[in-house]
Amino acid sequence: MTVALDTPRPALSDLVGKTLSLRRRWKLGEVVFWGLTAAAPFLLPRGMLLLNEVAILALFALSLDLILGFAGIVSLGHATFLGAGAYAAGLFALHVNADPLTGLVVAVLAAALLGFLTSFLVLRGTDLTRLMVTLGIALLLFELANSFSTITGGADGLQGISMGPLLGLFPFDLQGRTAYLYSLSVLFVLFLAARRMMASPFGLSLRAIRDNPLRASATGVAINGRIVMVYTIAAAYAGAAGALMAQTTQFVSLDVLEFHRSADLMLVVIIGGAGWLYGGIIGAILFKVLQDAISLATPQYWQFWIGLLLVVFVLGGREILHGLLARSRAALAKLVSRRAP
Amino acid sequence: MTAPALQTIGLVKRFGGIVATNDVSLTIERGARHALIGPNGAGKTTLVNQLTGVLKPSAGRILLEGRDITTAKPEARVRLGMSRTFQINQLFQSMTPLDMLLLVLCEQNDLGLKLWQKLDKSGDLAREAAAIAERFRLDDVIGEPITTLPYGKQRQLEIAAAFAARPRVLLLDEPAAGVPEAERRDLLATVADLPADVSVLLIEHDMDLVFRFATRITVLVNGTVIADGTPAAIAADPAVRAAYLGESLDA
Amino acid sequence: MLTILFDGVAYGMLLFILASGLAVTLGLMNFVNLAHGAFAMAGGYVTVVLMQRYDVPFVATLPFAFLVPAAIGAVLERTIYRPMYAKSHLDQVLFSIGLVFMVVAAVDYVMGSQQQLIRLPAWLQGRFDIAGIGIGRYRSFVIAICVALTIALQYVLVRTRFGSRLRAAVDDQQVARGLGINVGVIFSLTFAVGSGLAGLGGALGVEMLGLDPTFPLKFMIYFLIVVTVGGRSGLTGPFTAALLIGVVDVAGKYYVPQLGAFLIYALMVAVLFLRPQGLFAVPR
Repeated sequence: MTVALDTPRPALSDLVGKTLSLRRRWKLGEVVFWGLTAAAPFLLPRGMLLLNEVAILALFALSLDLILGFAGIVSLGHATFLGAGAYAAGLFALHVNADPLTGLVVAVLAAALLGFLTSFLVLRGTDLTRLMVTLGIALLLFELANSFSTITGGADGLQGISMGPLLGLFPFDLQGRTAYLYSLSVLFVLFLAARRMMASPFGLSLRAIRDNPLRASATGVAINGRIVMVYTIAAAYAGAAGALMAQTTQFVSLDVLEFHRSADLMLVVIIGGAGWLYGGIIGAILFKVLQDAISLATPQYWQFWIGLLLVVFVLGGREILHGLLARSRAALAKLVSRRAP
Repeated sequence: MTAPALQTIGLVKRFGGIVATNDVSLTIERGARHALIGPNGAGKTTLVNQLTGVLKPSAGRILLEGRDITTAKPEARVRLGMSRTFQINQLFQSMTPLDMLLLVLCEQNDLGLKLWQKLDKSGDLAREAAAIAERFRLDDVIGEPITTLPYGKQRQLEIAAAFAARPRVLLLDEPAAGVPEAERRDLLATVADLPADVSVLLIEHDMDLVFRFATRITVLVNGTVIADGTPAAIAADPAVRAAYLGESLDA
Repeated sequence: MLTILFDGVAYGMLLFILASGLAVTLGLMNFVNLAHGAFAMAGGYVTVVLMQRYDVPFVATLPFAFLVPAAIGAVLERTIYRPMYAKSHLDQVLFSIGLVFMVVAAVDYVMGSQQQLIRLPAWLQGRFDIAGIGIGRYRSFVIAICVALTIALQYVLVRTRFGSRLRAAVDDQQVARGLGINVGVIFSLTFAVGSGLAGLGGALGVEMLGLDPTFPLKFMIYFLIVVTVGGRSGLTGPFTAALLIGVVDVAGKYYVPQLGAFLIYALMVAVLFLRPQGLFAVPR
């Protein structure tokens, strides 16, 4: 094999090197963002419970973004892994050990295993097939959880979970401060990991699979293996979100496996923009704020407005919104780059 | 005696009642500059798709450097040293040429599963990508989104990506398709510049390109090989002329 | 056991009528309409309202249960569905889910969230006894209507000009247009009829399936299963699939209640995995 390795001219080498390192660097906007989230207990001490929910939803959205935004795999049943993680963590705390971090690890492993096993079902087929298969799996798990109500508590849910203090030091307080900081920390750590993974050769190959599977395999990418990997990772992330949910609210019910969880999540990810790690996080913030506002006005029928939002968004709202965003982003270009991993 | 670079033995492909590939036995020698020509609909791309693993043949065998790859997946064949370009550009719309070349290089260096590593840990890959970009006249657009590139540059990228895989066997499917006359020179130069030990199978309609490039030509009509030999022999072959002239007479 | 088979067949046929519109829309317009169940629900509520508030006899409400959803379908198709045809399947799914959410909430608000109950006319209540097997009268009625509709549908599809135009448009839209077939009108008509059939099915189903605002969500998956397992081309695939699902679901719930609807979902996932284009699909 003797393809001549010419040396490129120095200016080009420089340019290329700079482009790559620029992408990796933390932008000012990102630093400010995470700084604000860390300072939230001081800035919004009474909103801790809501912010905890936002953090958990953000993590859940991040997990869907990994498969949807980065690998192009659609799923209408991502709540499967949220539920798997939640029940695993809840049952673990009830029957084995109430330490949060141990429970988190157990839940992540359980969800990852489930993700790994079901990943083979989404390898083949069109978008429509995948939507149906993932929906079917979520419904399957729901029925299973419903049927084995002696273990899962059925519609009433798992009662009586009492979490031990975090790291043995910080008990979960009623205002939700520990809960929020716990969820935020997990979100941040997993975000860092995702950032690194999506900026790696593996992440690049995922985007290739998303953009053009034919070309990807013609380039030597073993598509099936990569999909299994990213699907398992995404399931693990969703499982973590589920565990956080179970542990910080000390309650798990069938609601965690309901269809609207997966459907709402889709909206969250596409509002913020799929394929961009901050998309899920921003979408989660917007969604929760919206949900909170709407629920105050019409507590019973807020799904109506969510539905309306979905319809409007898909009918043309997305283009308008993203057009607006693009223009303001051009202005704020230096703060948060769209191509940031 | 070393095995030929690429060989098909009695390759057949049927689509329902249609025989798209009819008992094709093709041999591409090491270091070949081999062209595959034929009228439209002759089944050239179908043949390439079988060679690369996108389509499964109905019968027959395919050997890459003596190794049977008839049932191997496309990605496996790439790893064994086969690379191709597509007739219609197949690029990654969200990427830049740099991204795409890096992707190819990462896969070549078995980094595809490294999810914890930086994209260009040592800087070597970036340099190699830059070198390839320069060679294919893509250096001025290396960081631009692929969607903004003019067609000619996209075509260059298509070939550059196949080349970056350091193939031992390269299949070029109508590289000049859609490329304006003025830029075909560049293309010819690129193709002529390919290293001597890379075996190339060129599928083309542009006879100028074919006769300047090839040392051996195979003619495919209706999925059947009707002639195989040196350019001079092919030019003089009555069956070939009938196939081409017959085509234009009927039209 | 034969009673269960009979019930399963009745259920399956009802599912077929309910899902037939979805099968044709998916096959014809390549449009995934998860809101299909909403039209079924509309038909159910038309019957309920007519019976409860205006004392209209059950059978007399059925034509309205067809017409009202058909009309709504025609209007919606022309207005908000049209722009969605060109979009990706994912967008279509999100769009129709959004519609479902809206409809479910709206119906809950207007009609209340309780299960709707109707009193069947006396001649439809009870059962015949044939050779010692109890055959429900209502279920026989449902089967009869569904068989009649299926035959009518098949006739229209195979033997009328409209049917052949429809099949041409399904096979290849562009060519059909080129042949002068007004594809837009065909879409609208088909969508309307499909919605109407769903409405009729919903009305027939009040007694067998129940009716409350969550109907579209509850049964969405069943319609999808019929269409995915049955394949999108023609009616025989979905018909067979619907019967299969009806029998399996009823039998499953009777013999293995612990697993409930589990069986159906597992069946769907298995079929999609092994044959993504559907069990009975004709390869294109």
